[in-house]
Amino acid sequence: MTHRSDTGPAPVLALKDVSKSFGAVRALRDVSLELFPGEVHALAGENGAGKSTLIKTLAGVHRPDAGQVLLDGEPTVFHGPADARDAGIAVIYQEPTLFPDLSIAENIFMGRRPRRALGRIDHKATHEATLALMTRLGVELDPDRPARGLSIADQQIVEIAKALSFDARVLIMDEPTAALTGSEVARLFGVVRTLREQGAAVLFISHRLEEIFEICRRVTTLRDGAYISSEPLEGMTEDDLVRRMVGRDLEELYPKQDVEPGAVALSVRRLTREGVFTDVSFDVRCGEIVGLAGLVGAGRTEVARAVFGVDRWDAGEVEVDGKALTNGAPSTAMAAGLALVPEDRRAQGLVMDMSIERNIGLTGLRTTVKAGLMNRGAERSRSLDWAVRLQVKYARIADAVSTLSGGNQQKVVLAKWLATGPKVLIVDEPTRGIDVGTKAEVHRLLSSLAADGVAVLMISSDLPEILGMADRVLVMHEGRLTAEIPRSEATEETVMAAATGRAAA
Amino acid sequence: MTVTAPESAPVAEVPKSSGTRLVDRVFKMRELAILAVFLVMIAVTQAGNSEFLSEQGIKDLLLNATILVLVATGQSLVVITRNVDLSVGSTLGISAFAAGTYLQGGGNPVVAIVLAVLLGIAFGVLNGLLVSFGQVPALVVTLGTLYIIRGIDSIWVGSRQITAADLPDGFIDFGAGGVSAVPWLALIALAVLVGTAYYLKHFGSGRELYALGSNPEAARLAGIPVRKRILAAYTFCGALAGLAGALYLARFGNVDSGTGNGYELTVVSAVVVGGVVFTGGSGSVYGAALGALLLTSINSVLPALGVSSVWVLAINGVLLILAIAVDRVVALRVASALKKRNARHG
Repeated sequence: MTHRSDTGPAPVLALKDVSKSFGAVRALRDVSLELFPGEVHALAGENGAGKSTLIKTLAGVHRPDAGQVLLDGEPTVFHGPADARDAGIAVIYQEPTLFPDLSIAENIFMGRRPRRALGRIDHKATHEATLALMTRLGVELDPDRPARGLSIADQQIVEIAKALSFDARVLIMDEPTAALTGSEVARLFGVVRTLREQGAAVLFISHRLEEIFEICRRVTTLRDGAYISSEPLEGMTEDDLVRRMVGRDLEELYPKQDVEPGAVALSVRRLTREGVFTDVSFDVRCGEIVGLAGLVGAGRTEVARAVFGVDRWDAGEVEVDGKALTNGAPSTAMAAGLALVPEDRRAQGLVMDMSIERNIGLTGLRTTVKAGLMNRGAERSRSLDWAVRLQVKYARIADAVSTLSGGNQQKVVLAKWLATGPKVLIVDEPTRGIDVGTKAEVHRLLSSLAADGVAVLMISSDLPEILGMADRVLVMHEGRLTAEIPRSEATEETVMAAATGRAAA
Repeated sequence: MTVTAPESAPVAEVPKSSGTRLVDRVFKMRELAILAVFLVMIAVTQAGNSEFLSEQGIKDLLLNATILVLVATGQSLVVITRNVDLSVGSTLGISAFAAGTYLQGGGNPVVAIVLAVLLGIAFGVLNGLLVSFGQVPALVVTLGTLYIIRGIDSIWVGSRQITAADLPDGFIDFGAGGVSAVPWLALIALAVLVGTAYYLKHFGSGRELYALGSNPEAARLAGIPVRKRILAAYTFCGALAGLAGALYLARFGNVDSGTGNGYELTVVSAVVVGGVVFTGGSGSVYGAALGALLLTSINSVLPALGVSSVWVLAINGVLLILAIAVDRVVALRVASALKKRNARHG
């Protein structure tokens, strides 16, 4: 039923007036989408706009309540992910979906391995096909190695290899670049272009608008589950796209207020953790936002964890308001007024199955517990107060955090820590995987916190964010601080030079 | 199924990384370690009591292990899918009595064994349906069926008892006989074990059991029929518990309403000592069988060395905790080794 020669106007895969609800939440309303062979199509929308539901509908995970899925123009019903896969649809989800205990080769060919007589698996053919895929992708990964312990980038590679392995006609990628470095993104785009030239249709989702403009030809925009538009990207500006996604003009993305820095709030002296980072010294003053830039793996997160006391340090000292912190003791760090919003909000920042109310309440147990008993009323009012202040969008405050979109989850983590009234706030990748609208809100929040005298240390891999928000930029390279650049002199070039170690002098 | 043709893929060029070799070695080591402990134990016992490894001694070792090996093999499949079946002891007991009752009435031994297996399958299907379709935690469901099956057994059996005298001679001879030191029962268990191991390694549905134990959500997204596989694992586990019941009858010739009481915990211990990880996705039936062999041998080793058998339970417990501790330490070491390797790359 494939008409490869007919690359005319027939879309390989399309959605027509599709609606899908989960209980009272209408995730998709009358959404249409057409994917043509040989095109890379962007799907844009804020967090919670319905992108994930749309993908899962195409992937056969969800079945639409109304409307049709069209495969080669014919109405089709996918009864499960296997149906969609057999139709040539490959999906790379935001969170890699690998089997940690199985080998890379098995991960790639799970469910459709080369067979020998009597339906037995042909291990040798599987191994060789995997090697061929790795060669094609230009990576060195041992097919027999278990997937456990692979870096995020390598996990993505395995997911892509999975899609390549059955010559997918449609490849859907949900934020494949969120955790990748520049060169890894370039490699990924190389693969995407090859697939496009081979006539595959690619649906690409990213919060990095520049990537959408770099690789996509058309864009479909969703807002609050509703279909907004499908149009060519040519002639569009980033502002046009953002306006469609947000539905209003975006106030400035980096609303940095000028603040006169006060006394030193956080002082880090010659901090060293063997083999991880060495001789790191810096100050953060009240009212100041200090950006900590560097490549992934430069040791930024590790410094933050050591300062907060999650990991021990081997040498050096940390002072908050002139008082030395105990090595490896987060509770004393918290008592001294330090707060850490971690990088991985799902694993480290939130208890996903617990309610919004109780997640925010976690850091306040000291104040809401009386005589060993929790005061639930106090917890609720404290949580409600912060949820409202940060404009968290939720149905009920007793809902599990896992029901929220990524941006709102991040607000809950922020609320949880702001509720402790910190003097020093360390935020690690505060806007990773968050849509532009929420991003601006988070920036405004950080800025106003600084204006209120909080010292903010912001770790970020998003260079425009560092340049737009930081009063000073610290740059790390391979475990050492290589540069301290004031706001006036910080440019992409100066920061990147220090981050890659080219301007270490 | 289109696999891109390996266009002159440089097979030999991809170097085996140190991380991979380490992992390989560790996983192979896990089974080797149990084997080593077992062999050392046997050697020490033989040195202390030269009668230990007589023909009859070896036969007893194998006979004692047989039934546990069978049930542990079935249990491994269930544990690999990140579930557990606690009802195996009850299933074993009721199938043994059912087979015995049938034989008492002058039945054919082969039909008796088939009967026991079918009864086991019935309970396996019940467990599988409850766990996979009821979406209830396996621990609770099978704890429930453990009591239900035991209850039915007690009501049906009452204070009756089947003894060797009630059974046909051929059946008892089959239970005690064999090829020199190797009993028939052990050969049956070995055949089941090898067949199961081959299936797990070489068939898609076997590998899918590992996949869904390793990451259930990813298994669903990969289009693996999760419920069907879990149901199949429980059915197989039940079938082997039923078979073990029939063999128990042949070996001991003595069955009442308490047969197999508490056996599930011994089975789970054997599986865990054998390196089948309780959180699913990893381990082998050979490991579980070695675990079973090790645990049952302790029962024979202690008397042979003149140590009171009251020590057996305590020693089993120590082995169990030791096994888990070793797994944990190894897992942490492997994780850090793999991480370091990634750090160098990234």
